[in-house]
Amino acid sequence: METKSRDLWVYIEVQEDGSPKNVGIELLNPGRRMADKQGGALTAVIIGCGVDKAVREASRHGADRIIVAESDDFKEYNTDAYAYALTSLVEKYGPESMLIGATGNGRDLAPRVSCRLKTGLTADCTALDIDEETGNVAWTRPAFGGNLMATILCPERRPQIGTVRPGVFKKPTPAEGAAEIIREDVRLPAGCIRTQVLGFLRDVSAGKVDLENAEIIVSGGRGVGGPAGFAPVRELAEALGGEVGASRAAVDSGWISHAHQVGQTGKTVGPKLYFACGISGAIQHLAGMTGSDVVVAVNKDPSAPIFGVADYGVVGDLFEVLPVLTEEIRKIRG
Amino acid sequence: MNILVCVKQVPDTTEIKIDPVKNTLIRDGVPSILNPFDGYALEAAARIKDEDPSTRIIVLTMGPPQAEKVLRECLSIAADAAYLVSGRTFGGSDTLATSYILYNAIKKVEEREGPFDAIFCGKQAIDGDTAQVGPEIAEHLGYPQVTYALEAFRKDNMLEVHRETDEGVQIVGVKTPCVMTFTKPAWEPRYPTISRKRAAHRAEIPVLGDDAFPDIDTAMIGLKGSPTRVKKTFVPQRKKDGLMLRGESGEAAARKLCALLRDAGVI
Repeated sequence: METKSRDLWVYIEVQEDGSPKNVGIELLNPGRRMADKQGGALTAVIIGCGVDKAVREASRHGADRIIVAESDDFKEYNTDAYAYALTSLVEKYGPESMLIGATGNGRDLAPRVSCRLKTGLTADCTALDIDEETGNVAWTRPAFGGNLMATILCPERRPQIGTVRPGVFKKPTPAEGAAEIIREDVRLPAGCIRTQVLGFLRDVSAGKVDLENAEIIVSGGRGVGGPAGFAPVRELAEALGGEVGASRAAVDSGWISHAHQVGQTGKTVGPKLYFACGISGAIQHLAGMTGSDVVVAVNKDPSAPIFGVADYGVVGDLFEVLPVLTEEIRKIRG
Repeated sequence: MNILVCVKQVPDTTEIKIDPVKNTLIRDGVPSILNPFDGYALEAAARIKDEDPSTRIIVLTMGPPQAEKVLRECLSIAADAAYLVSGRTFGGSDTLATSYILYNAIKKVEEREGPFDAIFCGKQAIDGDTAQVGPEIAEHLGYPQVTYALEAFRKDNMLEVHRETDEGVQIVGVKTPCVMTFTKPAWEPRYPTISRKRAAHRAEIPVLGDDAFPDIDTAMIGLKGSPTRVKKTFVPQRKKDGLMLRGESGEAAARKLCALLRDAGVI
């Protein structure tokens, strides 16, 4: 595809309540720097139905321009509908590059769009820059289970597209927004949508695990010893108003569902505070949580690798430490 | 029903070590395995076949000649036939080029096996972790996709899919033909049986080589046809100099930790 501008796009995913997913706003931060280096406008792209809040947030967090495609067709995320909308917007405006949050939906949408545009896509980036030599986006991402980092370029085809992990970048400082807002009327062709949500297997409110947006996560690993061992982990999470995470060892043992898994084959998280309880810190786990601001590790084994990435480490038994910590936190929080 | 399962042979990334001196990956002696997510895709196909024994399961991989090993493994678990895509001109392909070659291979295999109603893939391979090839195959074919699938059930000319989302398990209906990518379900995939193992050992596996696709656009394959380039690789440094509490009772450590976190303003 030919570019028509030097603009950098940030796709902002909208949640059911109309607010933007954190990662979309976070990406306006590196997006600003990259758009300036590219010499184009920082453009937020929003697709949905009832998106005023997301538009406002994008404007307050530094977007120069916001392209909005709003209609009933986009009420809930659907691969066919969203891929059609995003591809047609890219074709119309021809941006230089585009950032998409590496959420479940983002990872579903991005390859569909990049393939339709016959351009390159780099998944799950944890660092972004503009390559000094060539002026291309330098996309840095983990591979081989987090054992290796690779920096990828897309030198010829446009736009350059990448998905970026949530929690890697901080949201820009909010200000009074003055973004130019462009509304686009995207109409889906007949028969475009070929999948349909028929229902939910579990109660929606009870089953919700939102690790990617969580500010505090308390995770348990092999050291919790069994399903019942997650009780003190849950209680601490509850006292902190956080989510419960888990290592692969705990999930593979069937102690907790895969939706809670943090790490290479689970979720990548970047909360303000991450507790690793009874987690040794295999590289696959570290790959999913080292974007956290503050890491606290509780483990019996003083040589556990998790201590190597912890800001605070407690060598001790989680069953002794967690209940007292929970009680103390409840006191502070009243 | 005709189901194609796309699989990949990958290094067992849990066995990979870093050379502390050279700061490079040590891949020697690291076993090659069937990508675990592809194993879940094969299991999902096998479960459909459990319900309807007339179902045929074909497996397809692209890789070096030794990737044949994972195809035989799939045959010994549940697959009825297997095809290997292997050629020099395919080497160095990124996800877009890979998915384009696989798309061509799917069309070729369909000439022999009949059209596929569904194409199952793992959600991602554990070496690259991109989760791109499945949706890209769907795009090349022009088929709908369902990602993060746990299990699929046949319903008339539709498939009903249970898929993992942050909100719980979603039930999605999708028209066939379609592409689905599978994540880890709550159950373990089945094991090979002795008799299937024997048959798999003897099975003939056709190889689709460089000359198998006369109509392929050679500008879209291999290193040259790949839009993305690796500029450099490096070993991540993650070390932090954290504050350690040790040699204290659990209770004392907990109280100290709480005070530290409060003073740091994180709770």
